[in-house]
Amino acid sequence: MRSIIYIVQKEFLQVFRNKSLLPLIFVMPVIQLLILSNAATYEVRNIALHVIDHDLSQTSRRLVGKFEASPYFEIVNTSFSQKEAEHDLIKDKADLILEIPPRFEHDLEKNSAAGLHLNLNAINSAKAGIALNYSNAIIQDFNAHIRAEMLPLPPEMAPPSVDISYANWFNPDLNFKTFMVPGILVLLVTMIGLFLGGMNIVREREIGTIEQLNVTPIKKYQFIIGKLLPFWIIAMFELAFGLGIGLLLFKIPFVGNPVIIFAFAGLYLTVILGIGLLISTFTETQQQAMFLSWFFMVIFILMSGLFTPIESMPTWAQKITWFNPIAYFVEVIRMVILKGSSWGDVAHHFGALTIFSLALNGLAVWNYRKRS
Amino acid sequence: MIQVQDIRKAYNKVQALDGISFEVGKGELFGIIGPDGAGKSTLFRILTTLLLPDSGTALVDGLDVVKDYKKIRNRIGYMPGRFSLYQDLTVEENLNFFASLFGTTVEANYDLIKDIFIMLEPFRKRRAGALSGGMKQKLALSCALIHAPKVLFLDEPTTGVDPVSRKEFWEMLAKLKEKGITILVSTPYMDEASLCDRVGLMQDGRIFTIDTPQAITRSFPKDLWEISGEHVYKLLKVLEKFSFTHAVHAFGEVVHLSLPKGGAGSLEIMEYLLENGCGQAEIKRIDAGIEDCFMEYMNEYA
Repeated sequence: MRSIIYIVQKEFLQVFRNKSLLPLIFVMPVIQLLILSNAATYEVRNIALHVIDHDLSQTSRRLVGKFEASPYFEIVNTSFSQKEAEHDLIKDKADLILEIPPRFEHDLEKNSAAGLHLNLNAINSAKAGIALNYSNAIIQDFNAHIRAEMLPLPPEMAPPSVDISYANWFNPDLNFKTFMVPGILVLLVTMIGLFLGGMNIVREREIGTIEQLNVTPIKKYQFIIGKLLPFWIIAMFELAFGLGIGLLLFKIPFVGNPVIIFAFAGLYLTVILGIGLLISTFTETQQQAMFLSWFFMVIFILMSGLFTPIESMPTWAQKITWFNPIAYFVEVIRMVILKGSSWGDVAHHFGALTIFSLALNGLAVWNYRKRS
Repeated sequence: MIQVQDIRKAYNKVQALDGISFEVGKGELFGIIGPDGAGKSTLFRILTTLLLPDSGTALVDGLDVVKDYKKIRNRIGYMPGRFSLYQDLTVEENLNFFASLFGTTVEANYDLIKDIFIMLEPFRKRRAGALSGGMKQKLALSCALIHAPKVLFLDEPTTGVDPVSRKEFWEMLAKLKEKGITILVSTPYMDEASLCDRVGLMQDGRIFTIDTPQAITRSFPKDLWEISGEHVYKLLKVLEKFSFTHAVHAFGEVVHLSLPKGGAGSLEIMEYLLENGCGQAEIKRIDAGIEDCFMEYMNEYA
């Protein structure tokens, strides 16, 4: 036990003496939260719209006016030529072309039907889909008004229609940051655990100090715990620090029980440190360890539901996420912070991570050799 | 104190140790002399329980290096060839850290490291990475001694250290020996052999011979001549063709020529040199050094 304390002391001494590490530990959460949560947004705003209005009627202007009034669209150009509009689209100056045919108003009045044409830049398919949805909403709304005006009927004779009203639960304002900040905290904790923790053991091997340690009577478990515990502590501190920033700066609503989050983070870190330890057992240099860690990190993050919802992945990919610890933590932290989930709601997440932790650490300890 | 019996170790297909056997008595300063790649470090790593031998047995203080490795670790001090302390910790922090891992304190064994620590004293607050080579080596020795080991393993402790520090270091070893510590030291420097009680000459994973340095040099089986002249390379080439020559090697500015006992005298050598355009060379009969012996054994085994 005392040996563990000595190693932990030594590790902290080295971390606090490391000129590049210490500032990073404090600066990283601030930067990640500020930049990522603001930049990584799915909200599509300022869709660049090119309008070709061949009609130039009152009705067509009303339609264009509706687009203009929407916060999602910005009319960047108007013209009467399809060529010019297409040029804008190709040059990436416009995301969307709205083409109103000649005699639009006339057709509406006389034939009770008129066509519109939309051209979308679909390189970013998600953005194109959202742009199309927004346009549809505007056009439908416009449609409903036009119909009401053109067939002036008394209200009791109005055509039956279903009116949908909806409420956004748990995130009433659809605030994207509320959703992102907890996820980014997971990223932060993971980076500290996987990169600093795992790298720390390989470093001893790379600079040769492990030779000197291995001839001491220190036991394998003492060495491993002594090396990993400091980073467990640092990562937990980072989580608290990051949560503080999230609450103060981003005013994210915290409806759940923070004890659940810290308990889960504590368990989660044993999994992440276990992965780092396992990587360190079959790498010789920090470079190799870094490369392997990144390999897992990228897969884990992209398949974690942090940026893209797991539900929209193909079934086989969803099954892979069952083995992704990051996915569990992202889900738990969102459930608890935003939804106020209880211990019972996240019990199976705790169960899964306990199994991961035991399996990974068992494997790593078994594979870790003090001598060959 | 150390008994090694037919130790073998191979890395893939390279036989690093090919049947090593020797014994070191209590309080003895034993040197393993051999060039880089002889297998010295592998041998040290096996004896310090860091590496498992493929076959053979080794006992340190009566304990088997494979079975009783845990007990051995408390009784030995090891100084690896490469500086293996924390460069970002200070002299003091390194010492305290290793002392506490062995469950002891610097004060408890201060007596043992006093002579060395006094030299380190002015730098106690300096980080190990900022020390000079000689000081690093003293710190490493202090750390290896901090728990008062019975046996000290020093793997090439003087490699890359200046001549003054090297001399100081050997003086320190002599003092430690007086305190009853058994020391096994390896070195590629032949001149350091004479400072050991006994040495083993090692090459290609084998030990040619084990004896006191004096006995080894005395048993040199040939007549040895030192020949100096202006062109060492020319001398070497010319002497290689001399009909009596057993072996000829360049030793810096001079050439060492070994001839069968009573094979040729100074007159014959001078005459031969004159005939071959090396008339101004000076020749001198000398006693063999360890390096001459090493070359001789290498020849024999090649």
